[in-house]
Amino acid sequence: MADSSISTPTAPSRPGQTGVAEPRLRLTGISKAFGAVQALSNVDFEVYAGEVVGLVGDNGAGKSTLVKIISGVEQADSGEIFLEGTPVKITGPSVATRLGIETVYQDLALCDNLDVVANLFLGHEELDIWPVLSEVSMEREALRVLSVLDVKIPSVRVPVSLLSGGQRQSIAVAKTILRQARVVLLDEPTAALGVAQTRQVLNLIKRLREQGLAVVVISHNLADVFEVVDRVIVLRLGRRVATFDVKSATPERVVAAITGAEFGAEVDANGANGGGLQS
Amino acid sequence: MSEAVKQKQPAPTTSVEVPSRLPRPTVGQLLRTDLGFVPVLLTLLVIAAYFALTTGGLFLTPRNLSNLVLQITQIGVLALGSTLVLLLGEIDLSVAAVSTLCSVVMGVLTERHGVSAGWAILAALVTGALTGLINGLLVAFIRIPSFIVTLAASIGYSGLLLYLLAGQSTLIIHDTFIVSLANNYLPDALGIGLPTLALLLYIGFVVFNYMRRKRTGLRTQPLPRLLLQIVIVTVIVEGAVALFESYLGVPQSVIFLTGLILLCWLLLTKTPFGRYVYAVGGNAEAARRAGINVPLIRVAVFTMCSTLAAIGGVLAASRGLAVASQIDPTLLLDSIAAAVIGGVSLFGGKGSVWTLILGALIIGSLENGLDLKSQGTDVKEMVEGVVLVIAVAADALIRRAQARRGR
Repeated sequence: MADSSISTPTAPSRPGQTGVAEPRLRLTGISKAFGAVQALSNVDFEVYAGEVVGLVGDNGAGKSTLVKIISGVEQADSGEIFLEGTPVKITGPSVATRLGIETVYQDLALCDNLDVVANLFLGHEELDIWPVLSEVSMEREALRVLSVLDVKIPSVRVPVSLLSGGQRQSIAVAKTILRQARVVLLDEPTAALGVAQTRQVLNLIKRLREQGLAVVVISHNLADVFEVVDRVIVLRLGRRVATFDVKSATPERVVAAITGAEFGAEVDANGANGGGLQS
Repeated sequence: MSEAVKQKQPAPTTSVEVPSRLPRPTVGQLLRTDLGFVPVLLTLLVIAAYFALTTGGLFLTPRNLSNLVLQITQIGVLALGSTLVLLLGEIDLSVAAVSTLCSVVMGVLTERHGVSAGWAILAALVTGALTGLINGLLVAFIRIPSFIVTLAASIGYSGLLLYLLAGQSTLIIHDTFIVSLANNYLPDALGIGLPTLALLLYIGFVVFNYMRRKRTGLRTQPLPRLLLQIVIVTVIVEGAVALFESYLGVPQSVIFLTGLILLCWLLLTKTPFGRYVYAVGGNAEAARRAGINVPLIRVAVFTMCSTLAAIGGVLAASRGLAVASQIDPTLLLDSIAAAVIGGVSLFGGKGSVWTLILGALIIGSLENGLDLKSQGTDVKEMVEGVVLVIAVAADALIRRAQARRGR
């Protein structure tokens, strides 16, 4: 199944985004093999500014590999990456960071013993005069960013070990904003969270979109995906098999695309509704 | 600065920080944070009271307390180095050997080769830095557990110092400058002036910081608590000075010890380097992803630790008027114990350098008090062993209580 025929109908269906605009991040023809295993074959991917894209697929579909290529952990065997239309080579995680591509992994990478401010600025501390840390200005900036994201925590001076899972996730995301991220990738942001905390994180993702960031959410939880994303991109066995606009798609059809097996039947059943999906 | 602009929107403070969301802190958490030193302080007071009662007040005389503090200088300086390494979640078992090796280097140079005191001391410090550099490189780059690296180093250096002394078991130090280092007392003007100056700077900094936070609309701690903090620090500093002054004055080695602790405290709490040390100890992977050069931090800390060990060795040689081929068998454990009793976690990332003074005082008091009661090494070592186990057990229990709360 050709990728182009699937992705075309989605672009016009997003009037706010204007199909002609260059995506914030665009990948074309990405392939990656690990030995004999073809993890990704000729995958295209794009995310626009102010848009949340859900990247879904079964285990082994190639989601993690795609994320690793975007975040510089792995390099693609072939294919091109464009950041706002400019071709870029992401040769390592530090390059991705410099380009404004930030990834929040499941394990969050927070130092539990440090307080919120210290974690937010870790590796990018502000100084009063060398070599003295500027605690006051860092704390102010931390409060500003957290209020933009509508995060509620007891204090920015408590160790993050005392925060809830949702709050910790919020801190990890706020970290990327502080570094002027342009593209944020969230790996299973709601995986280990309870109901209230999941709500908190979904709210956070909406805030990121309001800030004009391009957000990619990798998730198994379709309910969460449908709650916040604008588009869903489905990978299966290393190929991009479908793209949905959440306004005109149902979770059933996304599941069908993910599993592949009962794909045809689902299309027949929903065909009369005239969805954005072609096959 | 855009100070004026910032002032117009003090809103973030109130909207982001919701104190009611703070889970009620458990006793364990309190012990881990602000009040961590209280149990240690209480232990010290109990020990002091016990010895004061059983020695007929001899223990608490200014003379004995002055001596006690002199006795713990080397342990304190070594414990400072150990603290830095422990904060990384590593351990340095070579501090005692390095300390003795460096004192031997200094002793051999001055006494046998006629090198001037200044150069000999510098050579000792460079030797210390080199040994630490080697430890650090092996730990950071070859990724050998620090336990093994430093144990091997410890064995190697105890052989090296025997070689350097060439069979001599004790080398008397005659150099007057070296002898004066740890045995001199500061003249009253300096002895009272230096600590008071440091105290005033501290108070000035605390007040300045308070005003600045207030002005920028950040949360400040309650004024009474701030005043209490200042009063407590003042009482401790001036009380110690008064104690020393009522005997022979403030010992020079005390100034060395507190000065070094002060430097390390500033480094650890006020600079990015210190923050990275805590970050690596807390979560090395997170530190690496944040762009921190983790191996560099490790190498730097091991180098600092061994350099401090060298300083401790120089001070010990000065106080003992000699360098010996025999490494004090309890020195290593005492210095690590002082750090751990003072609340530095063996698991990395937690602890302060000031509380190691309490740890060192507890160990020093036990030794000194049991000496006054004419107890032998047998009793002393058994008591110390028990105290150390209690301290480490407390650390592990507090840690577990915290982990049980989960996130």
